Amino acid sequence: MSENNNVDAPTSEEAPEPEDIPMMQRLLDNPFVLLVLGIAVPAVFYIIWGIIEITQIPIAD
Amino acid sequence: MGKLFDYRTCPTTGLRVDRAAENLIKANAVVAIVFLAIGGLFGLLVALTRWPAVHFLPADWFYLALTAHGFDVLLVWIIFFEMAVLYFASAVVLNSRLAGPKWAWTGFGLMLVGAVTTNVAVLQGGSSVMFTSYVPMMAEPHFYLGVILFAVGALLGCGVFFGTLVVAKREKTYEGSIPLVTFGALTAAIIAVFTIASGAIILIPTLLWSVGLVSHIDPLIYKTIWWAMGHSSQQINVAAHVAVWYAIAAMVFGAKPLSEKISRMAFLMYILFLQLASAHHLLAEPGLSSEWKIFNTSYAMYLAVLGSMIHGLSVPGAIEAAQRSRGLTKGMFEWLRKAPWDNPAFSGMFMSLVFFGFIGGISGVVMGTEQINLIMHNTIYVPGHFHGTVVAGTTLAFMAITYLLVPLIFRRELMMKKIARWQPYVFGFGVAGISIFMMGAGTLGVSRRHWDMTFADAVLPFDYPAAAYLMMTLNGIFAILAAIGGIMFVVVVVGSVFFGKKLAEDEKPSYPEVPPESVAVSHYGSSETLKIPGTIMLVSIFFVAFVLYYFVNWKYLSEVWPLS
Repeated sequence: MSENNNVDAPTSEEAPEPEDIPMMQRLLDNPFVLLVLGIAVPAVFYIIWGIIEITQIPIAD
Repeated sequence: MGKLFDYRTCPTTGLRVDRAAENLIKANAVVAIVFLAIGGLFGLLVALTRWPAVHFLPADWFYLALTAHGFDVLLVWIIFFEMAVLYFASAVVLNSRLAGPKWAWTGFGLMLVGAVTTNVAVLQGGSSVMFTSYVPMMAEPHFYLGVILFAVGALLGCGVFFGTLVVAKREKTYEGSIPLVTFGALTAAIIAVFTIASGAIILIPTLLWSVGLVSHIDPLIYKTIWWAMGHSSQQINVAAHVAVWYAIAAMVFGAKPLSEKISRMAFLMYILFLQLASAHHLLAEPGLSSEWKIFNTSYAMYLAVLGSMIHGLSVPGAIEAAQRSRGLTKGMFEWLRKAPWDNPAFSGMFMSLVFFGFIGGISGVVMGTEQINLIMHNTIYVPGHFHGTVVAGTTLAFMAITYLLVPLIFRRELMMKKIARWQPYVFGFGVAGISIFMMGAGTLGVSRRHWDMTFADAVLPFDYPAAAYLMMTLNGIFAILAAIGGIMFVVVVVGSVFFGKKLAEDEKPSYPEVPPESVAVSHYGSSETLKIPGTIMLVSIFFVAFVLYYFVNWKYLSEVWPLS
């Protein structure tokens, strides 16, 4: 059956964090750490490194 | 306490659909398709002009049409649709309410105003600077302003997506990790943030330069940072259309990825390394070192390519596993022969996967190799490559999922089912032809973005081989085929959205079929099998093609530079 409702969204409850989640899974479960990595890696290796090389090109006399 | 939100329950999947998200998905998808139609028309005009015997447009109109085509389809159609994908993959797939619908509408408004502003600037004739708008070519200020507004709007959309992830986690609308489709959309959103930030870094000073407030923009710095936006924007597409492949596999077959962990690692490869492929546009620049070029386009990019190859195994493998679990176990390919080839969602997705891998993927690796890149750098091989990735890959995948969105989100029965059945084949083979023949012509040296390949008014005459003319003619013919496929898509979708039979709240659509197992799209979990001999065979064929084509290009290079 279909519903068409105005409802209260589920409320947040304090739940104990499982202790044995592997580090890699913790990383993949954290969108904001991934966001930082996804900006930092190309910013460093592509943009900053590239700009440093361009600024070191000698100016023609 | 949670906040009030208005939802309906999907009678097909059982998922709760936040009405605010639903309306935003509809608005973004509709505007996306309008710009696909506009940009596609400009693309047809470009192809007819590059068809030597037709040579349709005069030079000034050719460059205007090429600028509009690039902007409308590479950025506007794709990003509007990606906003729809982000809202679907967050609010709908996670059973959640959308965070900040007003921000999402503000972003939508900015994107629309920006897209229209840039189109007006191009159509006024003073901004035929191509999609890349390389300095020192100067466009009208409102050309840059439109792109900036569009980018800011898209950034707001990404913010709403991240906010929705937070809301869903806090309100516990899902358990454990987010489903793979949402993780793919997250990957697209992360790449989008880098893309938009890069665009802002270079386009804001360029806007100020165009109004006289900045005296000089260094062309190489412009080019370097611009491509962090220009190429990365196409990497958003890759992440988004791979997420769409997984979504369609789940919604049509109830397929689960072979291994969630491995597929997520493949997306992590995208997050870390995919944007670095931007450097292949700069492989012929003398001002940048080979270390920078090779690190970015080879070592790093190959890790992203590894991610794509994992998805290329995992998606058909997931489908094969799901089909075999239903008893389709005869021989190597019964699962594929008896797949629903008359369902445009499946046929479009599967062709997108094959064309993206064989045409766009292999050619991308070849172009990313510094030495062999020189054979085809800035030739029409480059648009051949990205028509294989962005059109045969992304656009076809987005068209395919639209056939599911019309009944499930727009709540309309699909009209003109026969046309819908044929559409992915007409469009797919049209675009595959465009890509292959452009790459063929590029291998023979035909330059990209050139109005007249005969060089009729050149002081020093130059002739391309006759085969190059044949390739460009075939490109024009296949562009017509692709345009017919595009028109079929727009007619079916627009017709269905506005005139299709309305589905009652609890009514299931009759076509395309969406089984109850489609709810797999919103769950974390793996099929955990490697009994996929058919997929292994397909992947082996891919590797053989990959290796052969790669070494054929080294052979070409040796002929360009005879060493004996």
